[in-house]
Amino acid sequence: MRPKRKNPILRTRLPTLPPHARSRVALGLTAAAALGRLELQRCRNCGAIQYPPRETCHVCLSDRLVWEPQDGAGELVSETVVHISQELFFRERAPWRLGLVRLDCGPSVIAHLHNGCAAPPARLRVLNCLDRAGQAVLVAVPEKETPNMAEDRQLREMSCDPRNRKILVTDGKTAVGQAIVDRLAAAGAEIIWVGYAEPWKKFPGFERIKTIPQVTLMPLDVTESVSVRELAGEIGVKVDILINTAEHHRTFGIAARAGTEVARAEMDVNYLGLLRLAQEFGPVMRSRAADGRNNAVAWVNLLSIFALANYPPHGTFSASKAAAHSLAQCLRAEMLPSGIRVINLYPGPIDDEWNQLILPPKLAPAALAAAVVKALQDGVEDVYPGDIAQDWLARWRDNPKALERELAQS
Amino acid sequence: MAAARASYDEVALAVPVTVPYVRYSIRSAHWFAGRALALMIEGAGIDKERIDGLCISSFTLAPDTAVGLTQHLGLSPRWLDHIPMGGASGIVALRRAARAVQCGDAEIVACLAADANHPDTFRLNLSNFSQFAQDAVYPYGAGGANASFALLTDYYMRHYGARREDFGKLCVAQRQNALRYPHALFKKPLTLEEYLSARPIAEPLRLFDCVMPCAGAEGLLVMRRETAAALRLPHARILGTIERHNGFPADPIQFRGGWARDRDDLYAQAGIGPKDIDFVETYDDYPVINLMQIEDLGFCGKGEGPEFVRAHEFTVAGSFPLNTSGGQLSVGQAGAAGGFLGIVEAVRQLTGKPLGAAVPKAAFGLVSGFGMINYDRGLCSGAAILARGDSA
Repeated sequence: MRPKRKNPILRTRLPTLPPHARSRVALGLTAAAALGRLELQRCRNCGAIQYPPRETCHVCLSDRLVWEPQDGAGELVSETVVHISQELFFRERAPWRLGLVRLDCGPSVIAHLHNGCAAPPARLRVLNCLDRAGQAVLVAVPEKETPNMAEDRQLREMSCDPRNRKILVTDGKTAVGQAIVDRLAAAGAEIIWVGYAEPWKKFPGFERIKTIPQVTLMPLDVTESVSVRELAGEIGVKVDILINTAEHHRTFGIAARAGTEVARAEMDVNYLGLLRLAQEFGPVMRSRAADGRNNAVAWVNLLSIFALANYPPHGTFSASKAAAHSLAQCLRAEMLPSGIRVINLYPGPIDDEWNQLILPPKLAPAALAAAVVKALQDGVEDVYPGDIAQDWLARWRDNPKALERELAQS
Repeated sequence: MAAARASYDEVALAVPVTVPYVRYSIRSAHWFAGRALALMIEGAGIDKERIDGLCISSFTLAPDTAVGLTQHLGLSPRWLDHIPMGGASGIVALRRAARAVQCGDAEIVACLAADANHPDTFRLNLSNFSQFAQDAVYPYGAGGANASFALLTDYYMRHYGARREDFGKLCVAQRQNALRYPHALFKKPLTLEEYLSARPIAEPLRLFDCVMPCAGAEGLLVMRRETAAALRLPHARILGTIERHNGFPADPIQFRGGWARDRDDLYAQAGIGPKDIDFVETYDDYPVINLMQIEDLGFCGKGEGPEFVRAHEFTVAGSFPLNTSGGQLSVGQAGAAGGFLGIVEAVRQLTGKPLGAAVPKAAFGLVSGFGMINYDRGLCSGAAILARGDSA
């Protein structure tokens, strides 16, 4: 059901956040939640699984602890509905349901409790989500998917579901941009503004995009400060989700091309384009982060797995994405106090014209679009869609230097 | 086999004092500690210099510890302890101080708990309580201990068939006791109807299930009985004590406390049994914990708490006098002083000087402590059986 419009007479609430303080060891849970995984500490010495996170195994005192994925299956032991909290965030959202869950893997955990969960004792599963403060919290949901499960009032505080949202996709001329528009429309977005630079050029697929009922085309050139400012002035106060798909992608590294023109153009779109958007749309989105159910919730950046380690055949492109990756971390830090989630996508090579010479597997634009919508629905922070991205991520985490050598020989 | 435990025969508990509770005060914990010490010295009729041992419990003394307090209060103790164990502080302080005076490490130990309460103290204390609370409780909006105890209460009710009326009966009885106790912050009778219909805090807990934070202090002097006799101080004796931390780590949820592990030891050391006890002072931050203590300390079996409540009366004149000053639920919870309330009241009863109603022919009192809900359960438990000083 479409949420009601906000009464315009009411003051726009300022964003409040759940408590964000965590010990360093507890941030291991946040690292997993950023990827949408439940991981708990397991002792390599005795195998005990423990929660809350700590520095030492509570059974054998070993410090050889690793974060390992868990399925989250467990039983609801008891529940409460909190009416009075000391925290503004929860006072504004009371009543709030909590449960104590005994996980099958051992520990008892306190978790946010989905309204679809039956009274104790009941089987359920525990998810590890990022809350509005950008920190990991455990959320207990029904064991089996139920209709409209995502519509749960408490769960929605963790997610950024595009349903009924007003969304800006900054570049609709690319295959990826158009695939994302299609997917957002299917996911129930209310309005999709689609940016396009150079309106005199006719791009394939553009006529079709225009026929989608939710779509409105907007002139936007992320390399022009004036263009970005004008669009922010026009629709900035309405944008709930901004998805930056603007990208300039050319091949080659250093030696194969003379001069800096191509590299400059890549930086202008991939890095400075993000900076211009963040400067113009960031502040107004932050101010609307608590604007009822139609609030500003998320910012999505199309980065690249090449942002983590340079891929020499696409060397200058990799460098521009590394710059954008770094700036996105800055944007995330600046968005954190408002509760707006910054989601970074790190796809492997996309199956488009600029990756023509890269051998498969390559990521289909539709698969990337699906990953965007899922990331918004799940409320994760970092997405590595596709097999290549997952493979590179695993190599990078295992040994960044080894990956550098592997890529140098590619 | 563990060594036999030494008795506390030579130890006297004397000069129980209370710095009257107030809901909010602009004073600091240091002020309340200073008032408590002044009352103890005055009550004992001694110079401050005679106090050569000090044991303090407080949540609001920061950035100071017991050390800083010695300079604040101009004391030069040769024995010093700081016990941050909340509701178990009193029992633990008693155990430490008793051994100190028995062994001659100190002659007179002032044990006290003092806490300030400003309008934002409760919130600030919550957010700094423990690493686990910070990482795994507070982010859930748990409003402090309320949600944690709501989870325990919900489980206990489902599992053992306790009803809200059972908890209400205890709260109503304690309020009746409090009406006679001058320092109680709650001065109006509480009806079962009012208890049941109070506003919800964290279901199933409602307003009168939760203690009210306040400022205040409690204290008493621990010394050898010969010292007490020389000073002509009425006093109580210690027959037995127990202490346990993180008693049942494998339980999925807390339905019992460390008392269940140690009660045989307690009664063996005391040489008496549950039936000999004339009154009980439990740690009553929430009524479910009263039932847990009644069960775990052997007054009835596990899960028989609700039936026990239905079968007894808990006022001072009742069949099972419980929390005879009104307990924290009706007096208020002055931080760590809540862990001393029961001991101070028990010593008053056993020296024949209660401020409120007297338990008829009180010879033996049991005091229990419970503290520090670090994550999902209270970790510290303790208990002591006290007797009249003029007996045996």
